[in-house]
Amino acid sequence: MPALFGSLLEKLEDFIARDEELAKEDEHVERIASSLLSGSLSMALCYIQRVFRSGHLHPQPRILCLQGSPDGPEQYVAVMNSIFSAQRLMVPIDSCYIGTQNSAFLQQASYITGGVHHAPKQLDGLFQFLTTIFATDLHTRSFIQLPKPVGVDFRASCFCHKKTIDMGYVCSVCLSIFCEHHKKCSTCGSVFGQSKLDGANASSSVNDRKRKAPDS
Amino acid sequence: MSDWRVKYKSTVKDPGTPGILKIREGMLLFVPNNPNSDSKLKVLTPNIKSQKYTKEGSNKPPWLNLTNKQGRSHIFEFENYQDMHSCRGFITKALAKCEEEPKKPAVSTSAEQASIADLKRRFEVLRENSELQRLHKEFVETKVLTEDEFWATRKKLLGKDSIRKSKQQLGLKSMMVSGIKPSTDGRTNRVTFNLTSEIIFQIFAEKPAVRQAFINYVPSKMTEKDFWTKYFRAEYLYSTKNTAVAAAEAAEDEELAVFLKPDEILAQEARQKIRRVDPTLDMEADQGDDYTHLMDHGIQRDGTMDVVEPQSGQFRRSLLQDLNRHAAVVLEGRNIDVDSEDTKMVAEALAQVKQVSKADGETTKDANQERLARMSRVAEMEDLQAPQNFPLAPLSIKDPREYFESQQGNVVNEPRRSGTLKRNVHEAYGLLKESILEIRTKGLSDPLIKPEVAFEVFSSLTRTISTAKNIIGKNPRESFLNRLPKSTKDEVLHHWTSIQELLKHFWSSYPITTTYLHTKVGKLKDAMSNSYSQLEAMKESVQTELRHQLSLLVRPMQQALDAAFQHYESDLQRRTAKSVRGEANGGVV
Repeated sequence: MPALFGSLLEKLEDFIARDEELAKEDEHVERIASSLLSGSLSMALCYIQRVFRSGHLHPQPRILCLQGSPDGPEQYVAVMNSIFSAQRLMVPIDSCYIGTQNSAFLQQASYITGGVHHAPKQLDGLFQFLTTIFATDLHTRSFIQLPKPVGVDFRASCFCHKKTIDMGYVCSVCLSIFCEHHKKCSTCGSVFGQSKLDGANASSSVNDRKRKAPDS
Repeated sequence: MSDWRVKYKSTVKDPGTPGILKIREGMLLFVPNNPNSDSKLKVLTPNIKSQKYTKEGSNKPPWLNLTNKQGRSHIFEFENYQDMHSCRGFITKALAKCEEEPKKPAVSTSAEQASIADLKRRFEVLRENSELQRLHKEFVETKVLTEDEFWATRKKLLGKDSIRKSKQQLGLKSMMVSGIKPSTDGRTNRVTFNLTSEIIFQIFAEKPAVRQAFINYVPSKMTEKDFWTKYFRAEYLYSTKNTAVAAAEAAEDEELAVFLKPDEILAQEARQKIRRVDPTLDMEADQGDDYTHLMDHGIQRDGTMDVVEPQSGQFRRSLLQDLNRHAAVVLEGRNIDVDSEDTKMVAEALAQVKQVSKADGETTKDANQERLARMSRVAEMEDLQAPQNFPLAPLSIKDPREYFESQQGNVVNEPRRSGTLKRNVHEAYGLLKESILEIRTKGLSDPLIKPEVAFEVFSSLTRTISTAKNIIGKNPRESFLNRLPKSTKDEVLHHWTSIQELLKHFWSSYPITTTYLHTKVGKLKDAMSNSYSQLEAMKESVQTELRHQLSLLVRPMQQALDAAFQHYESDLQRRTAKSVRGEANGGVV
């Protein structure tokens, strides 16, 4: 076995042992069931930023997310912020989702940053998928047909209950998303007015008001 | 023929004022015999509503009663029936003429119809905008909308042009006056300059000293002709470039000297301008423009090199000075409205304009103040300035920690399958350790991936890529519209604009208060249902593979139309119910 693999295996074993210790320590605390995507994206971006700043060399970085757990809607804002930072840095986020449900976060991340998203069905060929799709560098991608998602799940999480929603309310000032009508935006404090529709229903006199005819 | 002796009565009982009734173009005049009488009368023929008269043979005198539109009546008693009938004939003719005439204006004033200029503008707008033309053809010519309704929403389109046309100021020609060359006959030493009022205007505008001299000398000291002769003599001396001769002549003739000397008024203006220059201006771009030390610099003018020599006498003027002055005048434009042949008037008007602008420059201390403010603003470091206060309410973003901390709390409240999850975590650690151990003992499996599996992966990938391409096209960001045949694409776009036009008119007609709006809405509704069926037909006519995408495009249009139909129906029901109720109430009461 080559020495590289040996050291890699060793580090992996170490990591797992340490992680297990940590997991045992806070066994009494409820843990978040989803993977900490926002944290890992932030770390990756920080690392890339450091490389950018350390020299003139542009290493054409890209991020690959391999995820098997469902999305954590409570991380919505943090994840979206990381995605937009990556977009600004022009770092594509590739994503590979393993599992039955697809991840909206990863789909959006790849769509926004121009990366590749794929959810392979045959898990025994995962390595083949990784080498075929995600190993291609940025230059090569312009010549290669890579799988493209037919649609992207653009659903957002609401800020009030951290639920993934299809339809909701958006603050007109700060664009915060809510799943139900609020009197006041919890993010920026803007006070929302009464909706026109309610007003019209409340007083029918509005409809009966005489209107000036264009001609008579 | 058209004058009659009559008695004018304001009422039947009035004994009447004797006088003369005259019929003139467009009016009836009654002039009483007694010039002091106040019963003078003037009736405009278009104001006459009706005329009544007493029958011959009745025992009443020959009266003619004219009623005007305000309801006032004027009674004229004629001397005999013959007079009255001939007068009546004139009035009838005049009335008939009036009725013909107002027909034209009546058409144009009714229903806020447009003037001819307006119509022209509409026509032009239509010609420039083919899409609008198509809409116009579709709706106005089929009488779904009237001409006025169609344009009512596009007043801006019409208004813009007229403003632009009227405000444009006429500029000056950019030809330079100093370019006027004398014509010689070749035999004698006489040279001839041709002067036009345009040239005189330019000379006055560019050379204030000449203008001032003109005001001073003409006609008190010399005639206009003499003045111009002297002026062009000076110009001629310039063009010979013989400074010595010029200086000599200037010494002899003080009037000529005025033209040869540098323009004092201009110099003063220039000094004033320099004082107004923004001192913070960055003139870096000007660096390196100094080429006067180079050999052979200068500008070719009239075949000789026009070299600017700093020590050249007061009787020299460089081409650059001429050019700059000319450019300034052209940019100022024709700022006086005097379009007169009278040279004196032009000169005075120009002088006045100058005076005014000068006074403006002196009195506006604000400008100076602003200049100082700008100086202090620019001189300071921008970074160090306090942020400028924009008239916006500050966005108060609350502490972001609230968001991140609250998420924990919310999550805790949700029921979790914590037991099974924990067991899974332990299992996962076990599995990972096992596989690491396995690799460690056995090494990596020799073909890293089995050929069958690799093949399967490749074929599944190929399948995914080809189906995706089928659904979303070669370029996922490319709009579906571009994949439609051109005729269909145009049709879709046109449907969209026409439906929008119809809907705009439809919704703006509510609430219906007049029968006019009622019929309009009915017409619009018919046109809309027409469009609806056209959309359906279009959907069926396209190829099957495009049909799904096309229906996605068409659906929002149909939804918008459906909403309109629904509103129409419910409004109709409400109205009929109301009217039925009204009738019922009426019956009971």
